[in-house]
Amino acid sequence: MAKQIDYKQRAMPKQEPFERVKNFDEVALGYTETLAQEEASRCLGCKRPFCTQGCPVAVDIPGFIQCIVDGDFAGGIRKIKETNALPAVCGRVCPQEEQCEQVCVLGKKGDPVSIGRLERFLADWEAASGATETPDIAPPTGKRIAIVGSGPAGVTVANDLALLGHEVVIYEALHDAGGVLTYGIPEFRLPKAIVKREVEYVKSLGVKLYTDYIVGKTKTIDKLGDEFDAIFIAAGAGLPWFLEIPGENLNGVYSANEYLTRCNLMKGFRFPEYDTPIKRPSNVAVFGGGNVAMDSARTALRLGADEVHIVYRRSRSELPAREEEVENAEEEGVIFDFLTLPIRLNGNEHGWLTSLECLKMELGEPDDSGRRRPVPIEGSEFIMPVDAAVCSIGNSPNPLIPMTTPGLEVGRKGNIVADEETGKTSRDAIWAGGDVVTGAATVISAMGAGRNAAKDIHEYLSKK
Amino acid sequence: MFQIIERRMIVPNLHELVVEAPDIAQAAQPGNFIIVRPDEYGERTPLSVADWDREAGTVTSIFMQVGGSTAKLARLKPGDSMPSCAGPLGKDTEIENFGTVLCVGGCYGIGSLYPVACALKEAGNKVYTLLEGRSSYLLYWQDRFAEVSERVIEVTRDGTAGYKGHISRLAEILTLEKIQPDLIIVNGCTFLMMKTSKVTEPMGCKTIVNMNPIMIDGTGMCGVCRLTVAGKMKFACVDGPDFNGHEVDWEEFLKRRQTYNPEEVHPLRKSGCASHF
Ligand SMILES: Cc1cc2nc3c(=O)[nH]c(=O)nc-3n(C[C@H](O)[C@H](O)[C@H](O)COP(=O)(O)OP(=O)(O)OC[C@H]3O[C@@H](n4cnc5c(N)ncnc54)[C@H](O)[C@@H]3O)c2cc1C
Ligand code: SF4
Repeated sequence: MAKQIDYKQRAMPKQEPFERVKNFDEVALGYTETLAQEEASRCLGCKRPFCTQGCPVAVDIPGFIQCIVDGDFAGGIRKIKETNALPAVCGRVCPQEEQCEQVCVLGKKGDPVSIGRLERFLADWEAASGATETPDIAPPTGKRIAIVGSGPAGVTVANDLALLGHEVVIYEALHDAGGVLTYGIPEFRLPKAIVKREVEYVKSLGVKLYTDYIVGKTKTIDKLGDEFDAIFIAAGAGLPWFLEIPGENLNGVYSANEYLTRCNLMKGFRFPEYDTPIKRPSNVAVFGGGNVAMDSARTALRLGADEVHIVYRRSRSELPAREEEVENAEEEGVIFDFLTLPIRLNGNEHGWLTSLECLKMELGEPDDSGRRRPVPIEGSEFIMPVDAAVCSIGNSPNPLIPMTTPGLEVGRKGNIVADEETGKTSRDAIWAGGDVVTGAATVISAMGAGRNAAKDIHEYLSKK
Repeated sequence: MFQIIERRMIVPNLHELVVEAPDIAQAAQPGNFIIVRPDEYGERTPLSVADWDREAGTVTSIFMQVGGSTAKLARLKPGDSMPSCAGPLGKDTEIENFGTVLCVGGCYGIGSLYPVACALKEAGNKVYTLLEGRSSYLLYWQDRFAEVSERVIEVTRDGTAGYKGHISRLAEILTLEKIQPDLIIVNGCTFLMMKTSKVTEPMGCKTIVNMNPIMIDGTGMCGVCRLTVAGKMKFACVDGPDFNGHEVDWEEFLKRRQTYNPEEVHPLRKSGCASHF
């Protein structure tokens, strides 16, 4: 008998907006077993699944979903972990609507299967059950690999190469591991306990982790090269970009990196219990429209701001952020000023930001990217009173390693040049991947790059 | 964890901190800084490197107790340990044979100036050292500087050692001492670096300052250490911390440094630096 197709996605329970803007606890609460099984039952179990092709690391999606239907949660998580070492993270932060869920056949007529939420369900189930399985580790090969950076790219390579029996050491510049997952993405979207758990898991495979270790400075890549057989560079994103408008060095103007690092890594939201202070302004403007902008705006609300604006020069449909986070921000009361261009920041005599001057835009002819180019409307200047502004318009790759590694080819924007397939750089025995190669991208693409590089490094080491 | 080998007050409110950090000791160069965290709740605090012992694997910094985090550092004892000590960060101070170099130090900057003076001497320069402070009891390491300098000149506000007054007398002092520097390097509080740059500008003598903005990561990620140099945005942690003092936008820099004063309860003023000028 043909299965009745259910086109309606099960909603995931969340904290109520008026409650959650007052705390830093996770917003989304995750599916219950019943909801997960209902949602999983919607999957048609396609023979040639588009979703798997849409996933940068090709998770066997119909496979793990069938396990949920069967109530075999341990089997489900095992399936995901065959190709994805960080399911609890990916289930929460992947832009599924542009990847696996975008191509789900159910999406043609109704809602796609909520793949990310199901992935998250299994990962959380495993954590709660306390029965994390450790896979078999190949016998020691005697080969040593150094990894620079403990973000998703670095952790993925560490995981893969440790399983293959290599000795892996991760060097992390900050005092905590996890990269952007730790210093950038806020607690209310990705609890730090989850990141810690994933890092601990990789350590349990025998990977050594040194924090407070800045490769290029504490030790150069060349010196590391004397001690290791191969090096993987995953140093992530670096210096923030600013809009280059007057007033950006006023007090009260932050880069998103600073703002979020103060809050997340340094736990500024718990000042004075933690020593790093963070201001609690009342009117905040955030520039940009990506995940980083959403995170900054929602952080500002939780720090007690009366009004938080996202100032974005294009329209809603161009927002690069995950759809779910845009909806969350809207529900929480973030005000979106679309088609608005910041042109000047004004301050008082003490150097503190007091207001923001903007220009209204309208959509003109399509540009190279096919999106209609926003053009300023003459005479549309207006002033917004603000006491804080957060610039979230992106950043260039971290400069420390290129600056201290002769012969390492670097692109025009300062990114390390690496082969797209293998991650191999211009230098012998050195690979690179993640944001330091591509510029700001996604967690899963950084992991995908790590996966490919690990394969190539393993091949190289096996021949050596 | 990083072992504390020594932590003692060397002059009122200034502490010497010696930490066991072999890799940092190997790599340290004049002009660098480290980032330390006194405990798991602590801020990431940048401290200039004042000395190192590559064999013993230790680095030394001099810090002034100003806010909560430095108060925590001041409570550390030999045998204690610290969760973070990262570095060495920042570009190295440019060292070559410039001819005659005047090294100006004050406050914790007397410490970080020392390796600079040593390296300059080794590169063949004629090095003169000028130490500046509110009173003679705030100056230290004169004997160390004497070993690498032609002369150590002291300037105190109360006249208890050397010239009475402050760095604004520099032109006059140089004439009296018959020193014609090809380069001046200043390490110290913002006021000393700014004031020195202002008096050396009309003299046309290039002046390098070692900037000390607010920082978080110190690795070129957060951007809080930005300042304007020659009209351009620069990041002290990766573009500096050494800059040409005549090109720094001092007014903006001073304001940015005060961002968290209300939270950190800066007793800096009480310690005398800001009342110098
Ligand atoms: C606020 C924010 C929100 C985001 N939200 C999402 C989202 O929802 N979904 C999504 O898919 N992506 C998101 N991203 C992007 C995603 O986090 C990144 O693309 C991803 O983390 C890149 O991984 P990576 O491993 O390349 O680098 P990173 O995660 O940046 O890690 C690099 C690590 O290397 C360390 N390092 C740097 N230099 C050195 C050195 N010299 N020596 C030693 N260590 C060094 C850094 O300290 C850092 O820990 C977000 C990014 C931000 C900032
Ligand atoms: S890892 Fe990301 S893209 Fe792949 S299935 Fe999971 S949610 Fe989808």
